[in-house]
Amino acid sequence: MVNYLLRRIGYALIMVILVSFVSFVVMELPPGDYLTQKLEQLRARGDRSAENRIEEYRVRYGLDKPFMVRYIGWVTKFVKGDFGESFEYERPVKELLGERLTMTVILAVATLIVTWVIAIPLGVYSAVHQYSLGDQIITVISFIGLGMPGFLLALIILYIAIVFLNKEVVGLFSQQYVNAPWSWGRFVDLMNHLWVPAIISAVTGTGGLVRIMRGNLLDTLGQPFVEAARARGLKNRTVVWKHAVRVAINPLIVILGSEAFPSIVTGNALVSIVLNLPTIGPLFVDSLRKLDMYMAGTCIVFFTFMLLVGNLFADLMLAWVDPRIRLD
Amino acid sequence: MAQATEKRKHVSQSYWSLVWWKFKKNKTAVAGGIILLLFYICFVGLAEFIAPYSLERRSNYTEARPQVIRFVDAQGRFHLRPFVYGLEKHIDQETRKRTFKEEPSRIYPVYFFVRREPYKLFGLFPTDIHLFGVDESDPQASIFIMGTDSNGRDYFSRILYGGRLSLMIGLIGQFLTLILGCVLGVISGYYGGATDMLVQRTTEFLNAFPDIPLFMALAAAIPKHWSPVTVYFMLTIILAFVRWGGLARQVRGLILSLREREYVLAARSAGASDSRLMFRHLLPGTMSHVIVIATLSIPGMILSETALSWLGLGLRPPLTSWGVLLQEAGTVYAIRYAPWLLWTVPFLLVTILAYNMLGDGLRDAMDPYGGR
Repeated sequence: MVNYLLRRIGYALIMVILVSFVSFVVMELPPGDYLTQKLEQLRARGDRSAENRIEEYRVRYGLDKPFMVRYIGWVTKFVKGDFGESFEYERPVKELLGERLTMTVILAVATLIVTWVIAIPLGVYSAVHQYSLGDQIITVISFIGLGMPGFLLALIILYIAIVFLNKEVVGLFSQQYVNAPWSWGRFVDLMNHLWVPAIISAVTGTGGLVRIMRGNLLDTLGQPFVEAARARGLKNRTVVWKHAVRVAINPLIVILGSEAFPSIVTGNALVSIVLNLPTIGPLFVDSLRKLDMYMAGTCIVFFTFMLLVGNLFADLMLAWVDPRIRLD
Repeated sequence: MAQATEKRKHVSQSYWSLVWWKFKKNKTAVAGGIILLLFYICFVGLAEFIAPYSLERRSNYTEARPQVIRFVDAQGRFHLRPFVYGLEKHIDQETRKRTFKEEPSRIYPVYFFVRREPYKLFGLFPTDIHLFGVDESDPQASIFIMGTDSNGRDYFSRILYGGRLSLMIGLIGQFLTLILGCVLGVISGYYGGATDMLVQRTTEFLNAFPDIPLFMALAAAIPKHWSPVTVYFMLTIILAFVRWGGLARQVRGLILSLREREYVLAARSAGASDSRLMFRHLLPGTMSHVIVIATLSIPGMILSETALSWLGLGLRPPLTSWGVLLQEAGTVYAIRYAPWLLWTVPFLLVTILAYNMLGDGLRDAMDPYGGR
């Protein structure tokens, strides 16, 4: 077990290093860097001292040094907890990400709860009442949800809210609460805005889960141990929820690790951009567009890290709930 | 006797005709297929013919509301020939915003198969016939059935042309993925050992990257000064490059079981070369599976392009795809003042739904011997 853990962690470390290196190389590919973009901007504005200022920045951010020196410098600082400075905001990446982390996590956990609380009962109902009217309705809806991309749904909801309800649903808070300290009013305001991302994740996220839950439970319900439980005269409820669901839910843990866990940091970037949510996703997309290397690099490393940790976590959980699985 | 031949005929049905039989019975899948066929014909083949205007043709009517095609006029009279109302400038007293609205006093009949801007049908046959249009001898006449954008360009025409790029990127990208995934999957499964190890680690590495961020990072690396066509192909290659891993894995799994079969041993004893074994004997066995996966992943590809272009990381004007069109449509301002620009969304959604319906039907049909 310890051996297995060590091997997985070592493997994850190698992956993170590789991924960070590749993402740095990718950022290096386009001609010019953040400062050449900035220079063009300053020149367009007619700034005379543009060249000198850019030179200053170049030295300050170390952009005058060769690629490998910069990368290694960044990595060594990264290990010590210093993720470098964002060119765009001229502030440490750590601060910028930290500001948005709370909201990202709140949002991700909220969507996670909504999706799972809706999806699992629906999947169970669908499997227990296979081919019934309810099952067919659920199947159709989950297929639509599966194919529905979140950011398009966000656009549609925005359209409905603006054109028909005449309501602003963008962002997480109304104007007066954005920078206010926590209070009951601010909480209510948050809830008033949170339903939009919640609906989006409920529609797009549940479809797949419902299908998987239904499929797994149908397989499980056909197994001899379920029949044995029924033969013992247990109530249908007990057989389904305590015996069958208990086993059928295991594969969902893998999804929890590989999809839900990483999304805690990423948030849904595209949906966040449409709805103007203050999560890490939009920050990352922006840094890519502006070639803000340390920002983008740090984000990619964190996303990858969460994905790998999520996978490891899922495997451990799976071994824990299902004793038939042996890790070695 | 007759019964016996009848029976034999039934028994000797080939695999693919059984698949076709089963597929035909699935109404939603057939509907999905027909919708897609129509879309590809209209958008990819006949966009110039159906579109009343060319892609970049500007007019003075900026952000004009859609002109509805009508049969009954304001006086309640019925016209056999459909018509549209002319556009009139309005200035909103509160916001001081200029808008164009339909003006019931001016009526322009819609004519079919009219001669307008010349183009080449299928890029080959020069012609100037368009499906419909209004009499343009009156300079104020216009027909914008889905409104216009901020440059006064006909949005319906733009959606038609945009559909061409969006739909094709799905097909071309998936085709590249298919080639990469199949070749590497077969090689990896057939040879095993170090080759297998290398391919498997590469797919794992690609999987370790979060999907969308990797797209974005790579797409952001496309130099801004490249020509639009090069950008289009680079983007297709990027989409294919990121996504081949899953397919390669599935193909490898199938090859692993297929290569132990006796017919492979027979072929090998008959002196078949490695490449013949791989691509003539093993690969066809995975085809039914591969086709299903490919169909189901095309919508993901179309959506990736849309999302990237919408974020400004993919295609850029003058290239026009549905994602590029969404750039203008997807803002709070646009939704409030020009909501007709969201017409792109239903087209996208129908395409995606149709692909999912088709793919799901194919998945059932590819196993024609099984239950139900």
